[in-house]
Amino acid sequence: MSAAADRLPRLLALVPYLMSHPGARVDEVARVFGLSEKQLIDDLQLVWMCGLPGHTPGDLIDVSWDGGEILIDNADTIARPLRLGIDEASALLVALRMIAAMPELAGAVQGDALPRVVAKLEQAAGAGAAAVSSQVAVDVEAAPDALPRVREGLLKGRRLSLRYYVPGRDEVTPREVDPTRLVVADGRTYLEGWCYRAEAMRLFRLDRMLSVEVLDVPADPPEEAEPIDVTQGVFRPSPTDELVELEVTPAGRWVAEYYPCEQVTELGEGRLRIALRARDEDWVLKLALRLGDTGRIVSPRRLAERVRGEAERALALYSSGP
Amino acid sequence: MSRRKTERLLNLVICLLATRRPLSAEQIRHAVPGYDRESDEAFQRMFERDKNELREIGIPIDVVRDPWEDEPGYRIERQSYELPEITLEPDEAAVLGLAAQVWQRASLAEAASGALLKLRAGGVEADAALGGVLELRVDSKDPAFPPLWEAVRDRRVVRFDYRGAGSENVRTRTVEPWGVVSRRGRWYLVGFDRDREAPRAFRLSRIVGQVDTVGRPGAVTVPEGVDLRAMVGYPEEPMEARTAVVAVRKGSCEGLRQVAGAVHAGEGEWDRAELSFADPERLAGWLASLGADVQVVEPPDAREAVIRRLKGALT
Repeated sequence: MSAAADRLPRLLALVPYLMSHPGARVDEVARVFGLSEKQLIDDLQLVWMCGLPGHTPGDLIDVSWDGGEILIDNADTIARPLRLGIDEASALLVALRMIAAMPELAGAVQGDALPRVVAKLEQAAGAGAAAVSSQVAVDVEAAPDALPRVREGLLKGRRLSLRYYVPGRDEVTPREVDPTRLVVADGRTYLEGWCYRAEAMRLFRLDRMLSVEVLDVPADPPEEAEPIDVTQGVFRPSPTDELVELEVTPAGRWVAEYYPCEQVTELGEGRLRIALRARDEDWVLKLALRLGDTGRIVSPRRLAERVRGEAERALALYSSGP
Repeated sequence: MSRRKTERLLNLVICLLATRRPLSAEQIRHAVPGYDRESDEAFQRMFERDKNELREIGIPIDVVRDPWEDEPGYRIERQSYELPEITLEPDEAAVLGLAAQVWQRASLAEAASGALLKLRAGGVEADAALGGVLELRVDSKDPAFPPLWEAVRDRRVVRFDYRGAGSENVRTRTVEPWGVVSRRGRWYLVGFDRDREAPRAFRLSRIVGQVDTVGRPGAVTVPEGVDLRAMVGYPEEPMEARTAVVAVRKGSCEGLRQVAGAVHAGEGEWDRAELSFADPERLAGWLASLGADVQVVEPPDAREAVIRRLKGALT
């Protein structure tokens, strides 16, 4: 919807907001509605021109914003906001049901509030939204074994000692982590925390923790520990990572669905050329070996040579035997 | 939308909400500023468009036909317009705050924030405090998501081009949508495939081009008690668990050793590990990725599958 077409629904929410928050400040209301103060004033001026048929001064909505405090009067007809639309209610209900599907995760923080909110929203929205929202489901993985201890560390503010598996290097590394948040994204659960090994904030997949120990040390992440922005996805390659180009057959197309790609080009007959950034060369090597004849590295050539060499060495085992 | 039009529509909403008796078009024309100066024909067109726009944003306009009157009357019934009174306890507000952030930057972000704004306007505050320790996100970047969501909502049959798993063939599918399901971060459409005459799941990322609707809204009936989640991703019959024996180079493959059922230290460079598996191809993909650090001893089908992949990587 364009900004202009949004305006009427916004005004129909703005008036009730001002009615239920008498004396609200211009800057505060502008922030809630995602507007500049100038846009908000313009909205108020428009509202001020409207009112009941007759449109005598006594019929019009009365708005003032002297000294930055907004007062509204004579707007009883539209004092309540419009009912939630099906999309609006469904968006919240689907999210609430997703949270409900993770009792082990959410339980600690909200008790039995969840079913109460769902019931209230369903009532506020009507039958249509309830029906649609049950047709949209977000499945999350079963609670990983590590969750109870990770949650304990997080809620009690204790340092965690992890044995963490890194598949790209096929390594298990010991880590001490000061937990900061749990992040559930793309159906998986991650611990965000300050990693003393990397000396940086990191995300750790709970299903890759081979063991978790809650240490008797208070978590004390350094001041420079900033939350990781996961709004664009959990895995974000850095622009300085090496650019790798692959060509895959139809059976290798899953690569483009599975990993964030810089560019994906259809080559016809279902084949793809994929450009992606790889933090770790060994990871690409493993990917290419896994793909077998369903994909090959086009560039860099050096990496393609490494794949060939590794495949030759592995095959040699089968002709000689260990 | 011009400022004048927004003003007219707002006045129209107030007028239709305030009236106790349904108003004829002619009465509305005189009551709402902006209509009065138009010719008859222009007014009719404008009024039709305005009603449609109000309905599009979810405002219920009643059309009342009185047998004694020639013209229908219009009004908005307060009860169906207004958000019912809703109050949340602090713990409920915290959960709502958590739910509201789930769709950030995803297709339903606008709907979720619109809902939150209405609730706030109605005096309900969602509390963002839980966001400090817990963040939940769902992505729905697939271009097919918005049209399929709408089709599910409106119970409409859809048609789209679909590429089968690992296939170069793109076929047109006609589907009665029952729902959309996200599993492990991937979205699936589940429904009745009219061409195959059977329930099917389709991965949204394999839909090629645009999704068209076929026929009327309301044409799809979702079977009672259907389990949408169960339709996604699980094989029809669970495969039997088997055991593979692999030689593992000493000092390598830590991850494999961790998940192995048993690891026996061997003479020389190699240890032996037992791995449980169901699908030899999946096992082979993983073992091939470990290169010259592992060698499959048995069973033969897994061994052959690894050799085939390694040979494939040579070319």
